[in-house]
Amino acid sequence: MTVAVRVQREDFDLAAEVEAMSAGRQDIGAIVTFSGLCRDEAGTLSALELEHYPGMAEAEIARICHEAVKRFDLQAACAIHRYGRIAPGENIVLVATASPHRQAAFDGASFIMDFLKTSAPFWKKEHAADGERRGWVNAKDADDSARDRWSKD
Amino acid sequence: MARVDLVYFAWVRERIGKGEESLDLPDSVVTAGDLLAYLKTLGETYEAALEHENVIRVALNQEHVDHDEPIAGAREIALFPPMTGG
Repeated sequence: MTVAVRVQREDFDLAAEVEAMSAGRQDIGAIVTFSGLCRDEAGTLSALELEHYPGMAEAEIARICHEAVKRFDLQAACAIHRYGRIAPGENIVLVATASPHRQAAFDGASFIMDFLKTSAPFWKKEHAADGERRGWVNAKDADDSARDRWSKD
Repeated sequence: MARVDLVYFAWVRERIGKGEESLDLPDSVVTAGDLLAYLKTLGETYEAALEHENVIRVALNQEHVDHDEPIAGAREIALFPPMTGG
């Protein structure tokens, strides 16, 4: 079982992360990846600025990944979250999970994202294309509901 | 009096006007909620940042806690808005 967590300014390479996860192994049957990208909000957004809590961000994502590994019996989990200024079209977050069977990999990736969104200390600030002030993105109730469904089993 | 390091993020940081500070807390500050109430007495910027006290998240030594949790022994206390990463 391996858990890899990184919080970084630089971009990441999805293919390289998947390769690192499966290299030299023959027991993995399924890898699910999720990439979160910065969207331009119909051309109105010039960039997102991602602020994080150094130290806690890594620790909290690691806690979430270890919980997912235990709960879904994953063989590996990887989560990378970027910070700093991110332009539309660029990557923000990557989650990858490996398991012998697909459902555990899907569920594990979904679980990690739902908890990452609601409990990893990252905040998004929007920069508008027209220079207008847009400010901080508000948390959504839908994200809390997505997280809470994991406790209703 | 207990001295603690406080760190602030996102709009809490912007409204208070600084990212971190060390403060001596009076003995009457026992829980995370007490801390928020105490900080609001320190001036307008704190009042503006912590106006909607119930939405403010608190982390003790980098772990989330509820507002009714005691803060005794914490080295670092962080205050921030609900997270919006991912």
